Amino acid sequence: MGRVGVVTFPGSLDDGDAARAVRLAGGEPVRLWHGDADLKGVDAVVLPGGFSYGDYLRCGAIARFAPVMEPLVDAARGGLPVLGICNGFQVLCEAHLLPGALVRNDHRTFRCTDQRLRVEASTAWTSEYAAGEEVVIPLKNGEGGYLADEATLDRLEGEGLVALRYVVPEGGRNPNGSARDIAGITNAAGNVVGLMPHPEHAVEAGYGPDPRTGTAGTDGLRIFSSALRQLVA
Amino acid sequence: MAGTGPGPGTVGPMGRVVVEVMPKPEILDPQGKAVAGALPRLGFGRFTGVRQGKRFELEVEGEVTAEVLEEAARAAEVLLSNPVIEDVVRVAPVEADAATTALAGGTA
Repeated sequence: MGRVGVVTFPGSLDDGDAARAVRLAGGEPVRLWHGDADLKGVDAVVLPGGFSYGDYLRCGAIARFAPVMEPLVDAARGGLPVLGICNGFQVLCEAHLLPGALVRNDHRTFRCTDQRLRVEASTAWTSEYAAGEEVVIPLKNGEGGYLADEATLDRLEGEGLVALRYVVPEGGRNPNGSARDIAGITNAAGNVVGLMPHPEHAVEAGYGPDPRTGTAGTDGLRIFSSALRQLVA
Repeated sequence: MAGTGPGPGTVGPMGRVVVEVMPKPEILDPQGKAVAGALPRLGFGRFTGVRQGKRFELEVEGEVTAEVLEEAARAAEVLLSNPVIEDVVRVAPVEADAATTALAGGTA
């Protein structure tokens, strides 16, 4: 059984749900503590959502220097599957494991919604989705606007590193002002993925997105099972 | 240790470096926009735009030397700002007199 580490920082909120999602996907969650420079030999790591260190300075800026990040950055560069959800995505950007940055939503309000997304790249965390498949996963953020310079955005699109995109209705706009409707990106190796929406909140029918979205509410489960399947292979 | 700085047991002068960070001009600044929207409602009608940045004051023991400023500039790039979205617009010593005056003004 794949052992998936879930890091808890001061201010992490969704570490419990992330650990539960790992279990429902068939893995063994292993709790990792921000203050310990020890990955406990896990096969993959999830950086959960929340407000680590109160979002002081910039979202994810302080968490980036937590002791647990030292072995994590090395392991991620060596190919360990690492998933950053929401605040975890912000931490991955601040740690330079992924390019760009997340800034305050352009409409200045916190957004909590069942969000339709399109999976565009096959990565360690998205391999169980069909190319172009549309899914519905909760989104909840105040600082979820993905930004990078034009050259970086061109490179992400050119090299197929946009993992997930917001599905925007004709004439509408994405939920947080993200450049080119980007909801999640991956590194070139495909082992590091960051996304703003919360797949760990869409893993069990009745407790995820509303059935009126036309989904079973469990579209997030395959994020976790993708990584677990890769560990077995 | 022979040196020109204050010896052990003495309280040396405290130096202070100010670092100012601003969102890059091309990046939307929602906080500045919110402030800009509030100003005319309070009768401040002449301000056509607001951008909100951050000011840090770094304290050191002793004088603010060129070496201290250089280290502050590095800290500004590595931690205090995110070069993807922000520019470091100022790294400078704060004059002790100015700081004292500001403090006095604040408590008056």
